[in-house]
Amino acid sequence: MTVRLGPWSVRLAPRALLVCAALALAGCTVAVAAVATGEYTLPVRDVLAALTGDGTPAADLVVSRLRAPRVVTGLLVGAAFGVSGAIFQSLTRNPLGSPDFIGFTAGASTGGILAVVAGGSAMTIAGGALAGCVTTAALVYALAFRGGVAGHRLVLVGIGVNALLLAVNSYLLTRANINDAATAGAWLTGSLSGRGWDHAVPVAVALAVLLPVAAVAARPLRMIEMGDDAARAAGVRVEAVRAAAVAAGVLLSGTATAAAGPVVFVALAAPQVARRLTRSPGVTLGASALVGAVLLTGADLAAQRLLAPTQLPVGVLTAGIGGAYLALLLRKERH
Amino acid sequence: MTVSRLSAGDLTLAYDQRVVATGLDVAIPDRSFTVIVGPNACGKSTLLRALARMLKPRTGAVHLDGSVITSLPSKEVARRLGLLPQSSIVPDGITVADLVARGRYPHQRLMRQWSRADEAAVAEAMRSTDVADLADRLVDELSGGQRQRVWLAMALAQETPILLLDEPTTFLDIAHQIEVLDLCADLHEAGRTLVAVLHDLNQACRYATHLVVMKAGEVVAEGEPGAVVTPELVGHVFGLRCEIIEDPQTGTPLIVPEARRRASAPA
Repeated sequence: MTVRLGPWSVRLAPRALLVCAALALAGCTVAVAAVATGEYTLPVRDVLAALTGDGTPAADLVVSRLRAPRVVTGLLVGAAFGVSGAIFQSLTRNPLGSPDFIGFTAGASTGGILAVVAGGSAMTIAGGALAGCVTTAALVYALAFRGGVAGHRLVLVGIGVNALLLAVNSYLLTRANINDAATAGAWLTGSLSGRGWDHAVPVAVALAVLLPVAAVAARPLRMIEMGDDAARAAGVRVEAVRAAAVAAGVLLSGTATAAAGPVVFVALAAPQVARRLTRSPGVTLGASALVGAVLLTGADLAAQRLLAPTQLPVGVLTAGIGGAYLALLLRKERH
Repeated sequence: MTVSRLSAGDLTLAYDQRVVATGLDVAIPDRSFTVIVGPNACGKSTLLRALARMLKPRTGAVHLDGSVITSLPSKEVARRLGLLPQSSIVPDGITVADLVARGRYPHQRLMRQWSRADEAAVAEAMRSTDVADLADRLVDELSGGQRQRVWLAMALAQETPILLLDEPTTFLDIAHQIEVLDLCADLHEAGRTLVAVLHDLNQACRYATHLVVMKAGEVVAEGEPGAVVTPELVGHVFGLRCEIIEDPQTGTPLIVPEARRRASAPA
């Protein structure tokens, strides 16, 4: 489907648009459900009133201070992981090329644990995670660089660095005192519990800056998926696009990990689910962002309600829900 | 003297530390069907990659329309010179029409993704490669021959006056090899300049209007196949004793290798 207006023309895939609309609706539904329900259930009317500033003080506290920031953080972190995963899977032409597998998330964990051991506050831990992620990415990129970075080298080097960092993380945890180890252990599972606006804002800023970068890079990225030569022959500046995409992907997964801890599987599953839902060839950033957001907030809602009053960390459920859904899609594909 | 939009002067080509060729001078005659031949590892694909700016020369430069090719904006080059790489990766779940449409990339911008010119070029590219009937099929499901025609259609959709082809017939059976080469001959007749690397010397003689023969990183002969290809040249370049007869179909040189048994028998 093509939309033309004077000299401008944009190509749209009807199916992808429908899928995105449905995902957005699902995201809103989950968000409203997460804000309205819980130990203290509120009618949707009261939720909306609280959000517009007309609610009762009690509703205002529950909605604006406690639940809304958590839900918003979940949506943003999920979207950031989704886009980051889509970028790296496209660059490496490999579903296993997501940040969870090529060391970036493990690097963020190392940074986070070091900050915990150093007795840091929540914000220091977030900073440590971001620094760890960026440092690891720079290391992996440098080690894989040979007059350009081939996708499979990035994956292989990344998997090696990942293994190394997981060992470092285990070592750090065994050396830490019992309290630090417990704090770090909880953070390592990935959780949205107790997240406030100060967690949501950095991810929102990162998305606001990096989503446009990713959107512009999407078309050349799709060309690079056909091979460096094919892309270069068509006039794509391969190394420049790749560097920009890597930077955007690393910063997105870094800020997301800083906000919610290393939540596993969202970056891996979201782009795969998005691609199968939209049935579009190549990287699908918008749909990946939406799937990531729905997956993470949905998992968080389930984590809070499934065994209530016991609250599970969301990381436990993302793997469960995302993994089961992806397995289902793959199973259907074989027929 | 022939006119050349694409030429290379004093090229030294190398991968990392390994120097493949030095002092290469090549000019591609406009509107020719130039075929580069030579034994394995003689640097013929390397030369093609340098002409297509896929490989940066250690010294010397490739010139396109009088400018050093790497000094031109990459999309600008891509509107004048296309390349069919030796192998490309088919994106999962892509249809023939979508893949061919990707050839329009250098003509598009973020806010001009699909103009009427794009539409017309893609339709024409699919028609001339005879893949229009496959438009909605998945590329993954096609045979090797069909798939190569689709890649060629993508390169054609780029609408470049110069088209480089890196071993376009590899992995194809003999019938599909001829099909692809006939298609190339049609494109050449329609006015394009073609440069191809081919393995088969007889096919090269049959289709080329200009032959570039390479050995160990050097151009040892250049010109019309009928004037260039001699038993001495084939012996020197390939180390193969042969007889050369006239191709009964086209009158071009046809290389008939000497049989070992007969060679050992008294003449």
